[in-house]
Amino acid sequence: MNTLIAITGLGVLCLLFEIFNFRKGIIPFTIVGLLATLALTVNDYGTNASFYNNMIVVNNFSVTFSSLFIVLTIFLVALSHNFYESHPTKISDFIAIKIFMLSGAVAMVSFGNLAMFFLGIEILSIALYILCASDRLNLKSNESGMKYFLMGSFASGFILFGICLVYGAMGSFDVIEISELSRSAELPDWFFIGILLLTIGMLFKIAVVPFHFWAPDVYEGAPALTTATMSTLAKVVAMATLFKLLSVLNADISESFQIVIVVLSIASMTVGNIMALRQVNVKRMLAFSGISHAGFMLMTLLTLTTSASTLLYYAAAYSISGIAAFAVILYVCKNRDNEDITNFHGLGKTNPLLAAVLTGALLSMGGIPIFSGFFAKLFLFNQTIEAGYLVLVIVAVVNSIISIGYYFKLILAMYGKEPNEEKTGTPILYYSVAVVAIVINIVIGLFPSLVLDLM
Amino acid sequence: MDSVLNQIGIENYIFLSVALFCIGVFGVLYRRNAIIVFMSIEIMLNAVNLLFVAFSTYHQDAQGQVFVFFSMAVAAAEVAVGLAILVAIFRNLGSIDVANLKNLKG
Repeated sequence: MNTLIAITGLGVLCLLFEIFNFRKGIIPFTIVGLLATLALTVNDYGTNASFYNNMIVVNNFSVTFSSLFIVLTIFLVALSHNFYESHPTKISDFIAIKIFMLSGAVAMVSFGNLAMFFLGIEILSIALYILCASDRLNLKSNESGMKYFLMGSFASGFILFGICLVYGAMGSFDVIEISELSRSAELPDWFFIGILLLTIGMLFKIAVVPFHFWAPDVYEGAPALTTATMSTLAKVVAMATLFKLLSVLNADISESFQIVIVVLSIASMTVGNIMALRQVNVKRMLAFSGISHAGFMLMTLLTLTTSASTLLYYAAAYSISGIAAFAVILYVCKNRDNEDITNFHGLGKTNPLLAAVLTGALLSMGGIPIFSGFFAKLFLFNQTIEAGYLVLVIVAVVNSIISIGYYFKLILAMYGKEPNEEKTGTPILYYSVAVVAIVINIVIGLFPSLVLDLM
Repeated sequence: MDSVLNQIGIENYIFLSVALFCIGVFGVLYRRNAIIVFMSIEIMLNAVNLLFVAFSTYHQDAQGQVFVFFSMAVAAAEVAVGLAILVAIFRNLGSIDVANLKNLKG
């Protein structure tokens, strides 16, 4: 609860700073404020409380995921300084929108009432529509914003209809009352249709096959920092929310629903990886890689009662390596109008440190040991085999091998090719974000219990 | 109010809302003019609002009507952002046909 109030207050303060002409201080102030909020959130760990007639529930699930989101936002805000150098007058808007987006994300994992869930998802989505189209003179950015807006509000319509049918069946928006009522024998058919529509809407937001077609276009057209936000923060938020939604609404998922999840998971991994193999644009490649990672994360839905910590670990590993990768991509593609792999030629010679970081981040996404991505996949596969889905795990392992293919395409381009031009200037913030993110990634890879024991 | 709902039956409200929702979905999928696509999204959301109010009366519970306020406010915010994006597109492209938006492919 305190987290949500603090974050919203921070966003308002950002806007006030602009009025009082204190632009230079916005980013340092926001980072300090977010660190304080992180401390406030961690302080709530272990409590179980609900506020405002059970509108907001604070428990270990919400605290740990909120902390992860705050950490990701700190990285994204730190990257903003160099990225928005050419628009110094708009910096407060960009930062404030990111902070408000974080408040939506926190509301989405700590809801106790479907109204709060709906408001959270809309705050997150509307902030992202604006960020996608924020480069307003660039037609690609406009197009990506428009596509994201159309798909996002289409999905919101489905989510709203789902909430409506659940309300019609149960007569309440409160998730505790709904889950108590859903254990009774007599349930109207609308309830299940409602859950199905809610799931479809959330799968749109996560970009799981067959609801993924918007993702590559939107990721490619959006400004690079927004792509970083979408592929790390927004994806993890939507996944955690779907997990929470399904685990609070109907505790035991039926057999047929599990088959659907298995099929979607396999389709998402396979299509994402195979499409990623033939991409030349790095942002587009990471979009497809994100689709395949969404397929992996979907596997946690099969063992809802026990896999919250696995999901947290996978989400942390994936999103923090994503931040490290995007910090390097932002550095390399600064002042270039595309993000093709040719831009990365010879990075290993011109800038060995950042090349090493990008290599580490990609190896983590691919699942190579000592990076946390490997352990995330290990725990996930272990758990899924114990639940009895051997075929799914075999497909997932094959997909991990395929994914190494396109990650190595980028790594080989960095080390094997000659550099096209010398790069000047060393933005210290890109360096520090990239290095800190990869160090966090390795640390939670070496000591997985740091994250796994949180829940 | 209750007697009217009893006479008509809650099912008919559901059928009406589903029909309106489907009209909205097909509008989004088939129309090419961005303004009409926006209107179709509004039809989808308002179909749901209608059903919220019907269920609210059916359950004799005010929460559903309060939720409609939330969803109307959110829909207004969403369309404001959408129209802003549309204005940006019109300035760059001179047209609001969503079929023109196909620069991103791969």
